[in-house]
Amino acid sequence: MTPMVIEALVKIVLVLAALVAAAAYLVLLERRMAAWIQDRRGPNRVGIPMTKIRLWGLGQPIADGVKFIFKEQVTPAHVDKVLFLLAPILIFSAAMAIFAVIPFGSVLPPAFGSEEPIPLVIAPGVDVGMIYVFAVGSLAVYGVLLGSWASNNKYSLFGGLRSGAQLISYEIPLGLGLLGVVLASGSLRLDKIILDQAESGVWNAFTQPLGFLVFAVAALAEAGRLPFDLPEAEQELVGGYHTEYSGMKLMMYLVAEFLHMIAAAVLIVILFLGGWHFWGLTGSSEDIADASWWTAFVRVAVLMTKVMGMILFFMLARWSWPRFRFDQLMNIAWKVMLPWGVVNVAVVAVWIEYGDRWARALDLPNKLLMAAVGAAALGVCWLLTTLADPTVADNRPVRNDQRPMTNDE
Amino acid sequence: MTKDQGPRTKPIRWIGAPELGMAGKSYLRLFFEGLATTLKHLFGRKKTVEFPEERYQTPDPIRYRGVHRLNRDEQGRVKCVACFLCATACPAHCIDIVAAESPWPDREKYPESFTIDELRCIFCGMCEEACPVDAIELTSFFDLSGKSREEMVFDKEKLLSVYDQTKDREPSWSARVKDEG
Repeated sequence: MTPMVIEALVKIVLVLAALVAAAAYLVLLERRMAAWIQDRRGPNRVGIPMTKIRLWGLGQPIADGVKFIFKEQVTPAHVDKVLFLLAPILIFSAAMAIFAVIPFGSVLPPAFGSEEPIPLVIAPGVDVGMIYVFAVGSLAVYGVLLGSWASNNKYSLFGGLRSGAQLISYEIPLGLGLLGVVLASGSLRLDKIILDQAESGVWNAFTQPLGFLVFAVAALAEAGRLPFDLPEAEQELVGGYHTEYSGMKLMMYLVAEFLHMIAAAVLIVILFLGGWHFWGLTGSSEDIADASWWTAFVRVAVLMTKVMGMILFFMLARWSWPRFRFDQLMNIAWKVMLPWGVVNVAVVAVWIEYGDRWARALDLPNKLLMAAVGAAALGVCWLLTTLADPTVADNRPVRNDQRPMTNDE
Repeated sequence: MTKDQGPRTKPIRWIGAPELGMAGKSYLRLFFEGLATTLKHLFGRKKTVEFPEERYQTPDPIRYRGVHRLNRDEQGRVKCVACFLCATACPAHCIDIVAAESPWPDREKYPESFTIDELRCIFCGMCEEACPVDAIELTSFFDLSGKSREEMVFDKEKLLSVYDQTKDREPSWSARVKDEG
């Protein structure tokens, strides 16, 4: 085997192990956050088995995993057996595959017999980076739709229909939000996008607040998190598309959901919040490409901290706002997020063409002026949307206070 | 209102949803209100207790509707006069009384056997309300458990022993009335 293959294998093992462990412990965090917000304590008793040591419930994910493995795998008699089995495998592997091109740090210094710095990403130098993420990420729709259709259950099918419409609708604002970043940095490579923000020291969220908002909302919707969790909506649809699933198959769906959430958080951080860059911590702008062990470690830590913060916000968001109605969901996608995304792309495109000239004419730093323009665009868009109020759909009958009502009405 | 009363003359007052205003329509108000609420509760005091180690203290144990007890009178005899009012009032039919002639001169009947099926009981407290002599009362004892269904059918002795255990902490109605004068 060549060293390159070994290097890739080591990274794959590391990333897969970290992701599965992270998903398991995020389930615990989610449950405990939910409990705290509801004035409860949450699962805090499972610790080291056979002892009284509790460890704040850190044994809970292992207990959950063991429970899932030993649960009966119910396959109802009325399902399409091949698709029923295929769907969770598809959604799980697609969710895992996203992380092939997502960097989890910058570079390690040359080591382990390698002459070059080791990039901290499974597949380094993929020029189509973001397109790959989108291509694999949109496979999640197939997992959901196949699972819901194969279940032959009306709640599952409703969940699948909602999910299909929602995920496809929100791909468009997601793509538009991304487009501004790609235009600004001129590359689809995630490491290049981070490097671009690190070199200038100005994160894309500052220069393109509109794009940041559009992308963040769309990513939240793509991950199927509240307030956009209509595919599952326990209160309405029992369990949504995974109503009929149990045991390991259900676990694959649930882990895939958390992987989508991690992927959404990582993408938001990389594209808009500077990735591993933090002022004064992650090396000066001259030696940004070649790092020592210390800076490599700090960059990984900064990236993980940002991702964790984003995930905490997602979990807080879950209990902060009520779920949107389906028409509101669609209105937000098509009447708010889509125009905002288009405006963002237009502003960024115009800025790339004329920005330097205008900045020189006004004698201001390019990025500062662009941040001002971006904030102005966000303000104008938000104000216009508020005035137009496109998310309200009042279907009640027209009132007539003058005419007396008859009993026949 | 029936159909043949003719057209209604009073106009109907429509009550609509309150106006959202600019802050509401822009989702900003909802955004910050929701975040403020969840953050307040996230770091707020927790209402639940660590049950087996810590026990929930009812604000008023006398009002609480837990396991039943059969009260004793001053001479230590069962207070019940086997009038069947509690068994009649019970919506779950969990009280079973076998009455017999009283060996004591102050009443005609007494319960030869008095059983309550604690698994059928819905702890509504109607037996306590129905009792004319304040013999049956509900205590604040709530974590009742047993290994078999038979074990959960409480007989007279067991119900009297519940009284013996709880009488100091939760004095009976008649004792409280006497204390207050």
